[in-house]
Amino acid sequence: MSKIYMDHGATTKPDPEVVRAMLPYYEEYFGNASSLHSIGQEAAVALNRSRQQVADLVGAQPEEIIFTSGGTESDNLALKGIASLKKNSGKHIITSVIEHPAVLNTCKYLQDNGFKITYVPVDDQGLVNPVDVEDAITEDTILISIMHANNEIGTIQPIEEIGTLAHERGVLMHTDAVQSVGKIPVNVDDLSVDMLSISAHKIHGPKGVGALYVRKGTRLESLVQGGGHEMGKRAGTENIPGIVGLAKAAELAAQRLDDDASKMCSLRDSAIKKALESIPESYLNGHPTRRLPNNVHLRFSYVEGESLLMMLDMKGVAVSTGSACSSKSLEPSHVLAALGIPPEQIHGSLRITLGRENTMDEVDYVVESLVEIVEKLRAMSPITPKH
Amino acid sequence: MYSKKVMEHFSNPRNVGEIEDADGVGEVGNPVCGDMMTIYIKVDDGKLTDVKFKTFGCGAAIATSSMITELAKGKTIEEALEISRDDVADSLDGLPPIKMHCSNLAADGLHAAIEDYQNKNKSK
Ligand SMILES: Cc1ncc(COP(=O)(O)O)c(C=O)c1O
Repeated sequence: MSKIYMDHGATTKPDPEVVRAMLPYYEEYFGNASSLHSIGQEAAVALNRSRQQVADLVGAQPEEIIFTSGGTESDNLALKGIASLKKNSGKHIITSVIEHPAVLNTCKYLQDNGFKITYVPVDDQGLVNPVDVEDAITEDTILISIMHANNEIGTIQPIEEIGTLAHERGVLMHTDAVQSVGKIPVNVDDLSVDMLSISAHKIHGPKGVGALYVRKGTRLESLVQGGGHEMGKRAGTENIPGIVGLAKAAELAAQRLDDDASKMCSLRDSAIKKALESIPESYLNGHPTRRLPNNVHLRFSYVEGESLLMMLDMKGVAVSTGSACSSKSLEPSHVLAALGIPPEQIHGSLRITLGRENTMDEVDYVVESLVEIVEKLRAMSPITPKH
Repeated sequence: MYSKKVMEHFSNPRNVGEIEDADGVGEVGNPVCGDMMTIYIKVDDGKLTDVKFKTFGCGAAIATSSMITELAKGKTIEEALEISRDDVADSLDGLPPIKMHCSNLAADGLHAAIEDYQNKNKSK
C-alpha cells in the first residue's frame, strides 16, 4: 500500500534537489568556513550564497540572516536575545495565547525570570485583534511576538497591522513565520517586522536548521558564547550542509510559491467541502479564508482524534490531531481551547496539512476513508446520540 | 508505540455494542478527558454470560475495552472482580506508560457494571 503523507505541518520530505545540493558539503567540501585556506573558503562561499538565498525568500539583506538550529532556536534567540539586552529599559513582552510552544515556553521562562508577559486572546476563528495588542502596550513594553500563521489551524494573523502599530509605539516586532514561509508571500518590509523565524524542515529542507531574520540595526544578545560566528549573534561552527539545504529549499519555495499555493488551495477547499458535506456533525476549525493554503482542520462530534488518526494510518494516511490522548503532555490543544471549542470536541479534531506532492485523488481517498472511519467510531461511541 | 496485540484489538474490537436487557451497566471516564466507556453485562447463575462495550477514546481505550470483554466472558462474578487494570494491560502485552492511567479504564468499567448488578439484585 502506498502511503499518503498529509502531515506537512509536522515536517516535510526533503526535496531531492535539496539533498543533492547538500551532499557535496558532506562528501567533498567539508571545510570550516572560518579557515583561511582554500578548503575553508569553499565553505565560506557556500555560506554566503546560502545567506543570500534565504534573504531573498523573505525580502531581506543577507547580513540580516542568522543561521540557527531551527525554528525553536530562532524563537528563543529573538525573545531571550531582546529580553536580555533590553531588560534595563523595559520588562514587558506581548504575545498571543496560540503561539507555538517554542514561543510560549520561552515566554514562561522569561516570566519566571522577572519579565511580564501579556497573552492577547484570539477570536473563535483564531485571529488576534490588533486593537488588543495596541491596548496592551505600555511604557515598559520592549517586544511583541505574534506568529504569522498558526501551526495547528493555519490562521494567518494581520502582522502588517500589528507590526505597523508596534513601530508607531517604538516597540520591536517579532513573528514566527515557520509555517507561513514558502506557502504564502512573506516579506519582512511588508510585514513590518524586526525579526522573523524560519525553519528548513517545514519547506522541504533538512531538519535541525533554520534562520532568524534580524533587521539591520536591531541589536540582540547571543544565547551561546563562543567564536564570533553569525555576526556575533550565534557562536558555533556553521552547519554548512544544513544551511545549504535550507538555502536550496528557500530557493525552490520562492520559485514554486505561486504554483504550490494555487494547487494546495484547490485541494484544501475541496477536502473541506467534501468532508463537511459527507460527514454529519463535522466542523471546520480556524478561519475560512485567512488560512494557510495547505491547512485543513476539522472536528467530528462523538469520536476521539487518536483513534481517527490510527485508523487513517492503517489505511496508509498520515495526519495529526489536537486530542490530548496523542500528546506527550496529555493536555488537549491550547490552540483549539483558545478558540472556545469544548474539550470533548477538541479530542475529536484532525489536522490535515497538504504538500506539493499531494493530489486530488489522494484527497478523495482520504475523505472517503474519513467517512467510513467516523461512522465506525461513532457506532462504537457511548456518547453518539441514538436516532 | 502500541504493541501488536493492542493494534489487533483496536482494529478488530470484540463485543462492541450494547446489551438491551443488561443485568448491569458500568460507566466510567468522561468525554471531557478524552476517554469514556460503558460496559454491559448479562449474568446467569453467578456467571457473566455476555459482556459488551461502547467506548469513546484513544486506541488504548478501545483495545482495553475489547480485551476486558474477552477476559470477563464466562467468568463468575468473583473471578471477574479479581481482574485488575494490570491484568488487562498484561493481556495486551503492555501499554505505553502514559496510557496506563487515563485510558486503562476497562477493569473499572467492568467492576462498575458488576456493582450495578449487585445493587439491583440487593433491592429486589
Ligand atoms: C509555528 C512553529 N514554530 C516553531 C516550530 C519549531 O521549529 P523546529 O522544529 O525547526 O524547531 C514549529 C515546528 O514545529 C512551528 O510549527
